[in-house]
Amino acid sequence: MTVTPPRLTALDALHRSLGATMTDFAGWDMPLRYASERDEHNAVRTKAGLFDLSHMGEITVTGPAAADLLNHALVGNIGSVGVGRARYTMICREDGGILDDLIVYRLGETEAPEYLVVANAGNAQVVLDALTERAAGFDAEVRDDRDAYALIAVQGPDSPAILKSVTDADLDGLKYYAGLPGTVAGVDALIARTGYTGEDGFELFVAPADAEKLWQALTEAGAPYGLIPCGLSCRDTLRLEAGMPLYGHELTTALTPFDAGLGRVVKFEKTSHGDDFVGHDALVAAAARAETAPPRKLVGLIAEGRRVPRAGMSVVAGGQVIGEVTSGAPSPTLGKPIAIAYVDAAHAEPGTAGVGVDIRGTHEPYEVVALPFYKRQK
Amino acid sequence: MSNPQQLRYSKEHEWLSAVEDGVATIGITEHAANALGDIVFAQLPEVGDTVTAGESCGELESTKSVSDLYSPVTGEVVEANQDVVDDPALVNSAPFEGGWLFKVRVSEEPKDLLTADEYTEFSGS
Repeated sequence: MTVTPPRLTALDALHRSLGATMTDFAGWDMPLRYASERDEHNAVRTKAGLFDLSHMGEITVTGPAAADLLNHALVGNIGSVGVGRARYTMICREDGGILDDLIVYRLGETEAPEYLVVANAGNAQVVLDALTERAAGFDAEVRDDRDAYALIAVQGPDSPAILKSVTDADLDGLKYYAGLPGTVAGVDALIARTGYTGEDGFELFVAPADAEKLWQALTEAGAPYGLIPCGLSCRDTLRLEAGMPLYGHELTTALTPFDAGLGRVVKFEKTSHGDDFVGHDALVAAAARAETAPPRKLVGLIAEGRRVPRAGMSVVAGGQVIGEVTSGAPSPTLGKPIAIAYVDAAHAEPGTAGVGVDIRGTHEPYEVVALPFYKRQK
Repeated sequence: MSNPQQLRYSKEHEWLSAVEDGVATIGITEHAANALGDIVFAQLPEVGDTVTAGESCGELESTKSVSDLYSPVTGEVVEANQDVVDDPALVNSAPFEGGWLFKVRVSEEPKDLLTADEYTEFSGS
């Protein structure tokens, strides 16, 4: 038996000195929480939180045909992404099944196209392999940059003020889903206005050697605002409240983007390779199926009681199994247990009566709602 | 953290107070509370229930998971901590005090309960 030691981020020693409870996540030893995950969750909703997300998988695509390659390899129209902008997209198999969901940042100018593809930690190798294979015949280079970046996120309503105090970059001009190179606390960074919390916030891609300096600077700058370090546990409840899918839960190879209610990420009209992208034919069929006879729909469930639904539990109505929970947790913002679940279309309308979750043999009543559970005031 | 000397402990991470007038108070240790994370729901045994040493008698639900609650002794439940039912976070903030879970009229207690020092060594904290 081969035992692979966990991968450590550049901030590992710092997390331990902060007393973090660590957890294995996709082969990485990551902070689960530092103290109370509920306090961390609430800090992000009301003030700000600081995350180490260095487990995310960065892949750089460069070359004259970089956009063509990405249009061919991914389901989105990456050719239409402007310099300094980002796009949420997916990479699918030939049969339409989702290999991963991604954010693609367009970095380089038109003369020297450069894209940063950010994959989930658990899928980074799969995405890298697929992009490399799909690059055959394109004048483009796919580079594994997983070790080239540490990723630190500052998220929450006070994150713009905190970041402004340590950078001269034009944050006011930086829109949601945009990214620009800049200097933060004396460190070269790609500053992206993206996140996975449902709040305003930033993700900072930096060299691993600079990660600790940046973390400390943000900790100091954030202290007057109540910024605290946050672990993956609250990241999960934050994204769950915001109705954001998590690969391996709401998204799998068994589902197409249309099955997951995310058909909007698939662009059949592209600037190049419109009908020649991987998964095209299967996705055309999936789009038609979703239009006429959707099998199941992704919905939100809010508990009437206090027992917490978990991934894999059955959703029931009238004694029949009508769906499955994909993610569930106690919601700090709502003060009630919540879940995301795939349920039969007949029971998917918000307000559908008589729906419950089978929690260890007891059918606990749940209210069907539209996602998300939480939307920030802008 | 330190485990109070006057309590005894099970390997399932429950603590048991000294028995007074046949009744002992039961809770989970700080080590267990920390390992669970924020506790959001406590299903405790009800007054009159018979609990058996080493058997599940309730559950504690935290952000990430649900865990069975075991009784370290056999006996009849004479009180459940309503404060914990109303505010399960008490188990995190004061596991050895206000976060106690239930009281049992003890009919039988196992011989292998641990002392504070033994439990500290067993749990590593």
